Amino acid sequence: MSTLHSKAAHEFLKDVDKTTWHDATFWSVRTKRDIMAQGLPEWESLREHASDIKKHTITHLADYLEMFSDHLERNGVIVHWAKDAQEFNEIVFGILETHKVEKMVKSKSMLTEECGMNAYLMERGIDVVETDLGERIIQLLGQKPSHIVMPAIHLKREEVGRMFEEKGISKEIGNYDPTYLTRCARQHLRNQFMEAGAGLTGANFGVAKTGDVVVCTNEGNADMSTSMPKLHIVAMGIEKLVPDYESLAVFQRLLCRCGTGQPTTTYTSHFRKARPGAEMHVVLVDNGRSDILGNPDHWQTLKCMRCGACMNTCPVYRRSGGYSYTYFIPGPIGVNLGMLRNPVQYSDNVSACSLCLSCDNVCPSKVDPGSQIYVWRQQLDSLGKADPMKKFMSKGMTTLFDNPTLYNTALKFAPLANDVPECMTHFSRLNPWSIGHDKPHFAGESFHEMWKKGEVK
Amino acid sequence: MRIGLFIPCYVDALYPEVGVATYKLLKYYGLDVTYPLKQTCCGQPMANAGFEQKAEPLAVKFEEMFREFDYVVAPSASCAAFVKVFYPRILEGKHECLTSGKIMDVVEFLHDVLKVMTVPGTFPHVVSVHNSCHGVRELGLSSPSERNIPPFNKIIDLLRLVPGITVKEPERKDECCGFGGMFSVEETDVSVRMGTDKLNRHIATGAEYITGPDSSCLMHMQGIAKRQKMPIKFIHVVQILAAGL
Repeated sequence: MSTLHSKAAHEFLKDVDKTTWHDATFWSVRTKRDIMAQGLPEWESLREHASDIKKHTITHLADYLEMFSDHLERNGVIVHWAKDAQEFNEIVFGILETHKVEKMVKSKSMLTEECGMNAYLMERGIDVVETDLGERIIQLLGQKPSHIVMPAIHLKREEVGRMFEEKGISKEIGNYDPTYLTRCARQHLRNQFMEAGAGLTGANFGVAKTGDVVVCTNEGNADMSTSMPKLHIVAMGIEKLVPDYESLAVFQRLLCRCGTGQPTTTYTSHFRKARPGAEMHVVLVDNGRSDILGNPDHWQTLKCMRCGACMNTCPVYRRSGGYSYTYFIPGPIGVNLGMLRNPVQYSDNVSACSLCLSCDNVCPSKVDPGSQIYVWRQQLDSLGKADPMKKFMSKGMTTLFDNPTLYNTALKFAPLANDVPECMTHFSRLNPWSIGHDKPHFAGESFHEMWKKGEVK
Repeated sequence: MRIGLFIPCYVDALYPEVGVATYKLLKYYGLDVTYPLKQTCCGQPMANAGFEQKAEPLAVKFEEMFREFDYVVAPSASCAAFVKVFYPRILEGKHECLTSGKIMDVVEFLHDVLKVMTVPGTFPHVVSVHNSCHGVRELGLSSPSERNIPPFNKIIDLLRLVPGITVKEPERKDECCGFGGMFSVEETDVSVRMGTDKLNRHIATGAEYITGPDSSCLMHMQGIAKRQKMPIKFIHVVQILAAGL
């Protein structure tokens, strides 16, 4: 009884101290988030409001998309529509090719990760440079993000410092001081901004009634990416829309409080049009989102604003790390998004949930990722991805529990198991319980027996 | 008021003393309590494993068995939550679901229905309260730490009525212990690590006992504590409330 997630988690957990550190790091983000949530008396109604706004927007999506793109076009922004990852990559490459761009800087965008854009462009000779510090670090290491908001959180400063030395970004060998390393990164990135022919940003929100593209960062790298090069490309999923400024304010108050435990991001930038002499493109990407909208059991997933709070609170994520999941987005929301992407390919993550439902309670837009995982579990059997042992056990239990006589006979004989010496139960393949637990003790007489004999008084 | 006593399968087989304590306590408050003999399991283990439809025959029988009672009371928050939250979904379009509105965990019942002000037991010990996930987030036995709502804890309200007791809560008061039914055998490593962390936080309170409304969480932690020879004892909330009966 195992999944790719449980096997990877097994490896992760071998390093006891690193697991302790990983768990504590994310718990501290959860704690900061709690302080923020407790600081706003209207917190729970804000969540309700956010959920309602998202529900309204995605159920009127065609109208809002039209409104949004009209505003953009009136402001001279060039709007593109991509039905899938392939189209998206082709559109971005097409824009870059037309402008003869050799180097593109970009701020954080999980959508480009979803579409595999960096690899696509780099194969075609474009130098793509991540400018979010965490993203840049993992790009230089050839790694993938282990968290959607804090992509390099799994690394320690010594690992970053050594890599900076190898790449010539840090000159002081053995200096792993975070402030020093940040200065090195800043100097290194300044040069990238100067040389780039284009800047790509993601979008946290699109405001339909004004045509604003809203980007939230803590490093100001989105602003650098758009104010140096004369070409700005926005990669945006179609579910990122909100109707107006009033609704944007609701999300603005929730996003960063939930994601990092700050009242707001350091920089919140609104882009409406290209600056004089420059050009701005917005690529609106579907890539399966319309299908999610049509999914009666899982459409709520589209309400997600990608704050990452569900990961930070998830006791399984904190103790198994982002790389134990087979989809590029880990944690509770990642389990769901993976299943929506390809349920057969990504079903191994569905085991990564104890159904504690903490994520349902932190989620600012009430996606209920934990309850959604329960629903996915019910669908595994029809996908041919149910664990045979679990299926066998579930069938056996139904036979046993559906037959009171059989159940009571089993109860009578159960205490015999107490006499099996502990050491003989330690066959982990047959009895995974015995890996970490001593066996429970069956009572000499069940409640049922006691009741029948009139012993319960 | 007619009470149907539901003693879930694993309590029946492993912790009958919890069932006995529940019965004695309800009788102490002068209630008419009956234990329908044909009861077995609510079906949660199969459903959480992904085989909800295998719980359906059990749900149908459960409905019939407890139809006549005013309340169904169980000493297990997770099982009570399963009947309350999931039975309507499982039986939808097939069978009217009445038990969903009648089922209560014994803590909830004593706190909200009987509104008890005194308990028979005394317990001169230090206990650390295990706020189990489904008790907190499905039944509302306490305010979830994630939410910004006025704090409350029905388990602690009841325990505070017990003369002599010292009640503690661990750091991260409602983080999951990692049991999760078949989660504990499918994701064994994560489950055991979660349990170990939880046990250490309970032990750090200086408690002699871990107490909670779910024997399943206690069983999971007990198995780990025994294996790792950790110095802590386990007791269901209802056994404390009924101590001495």
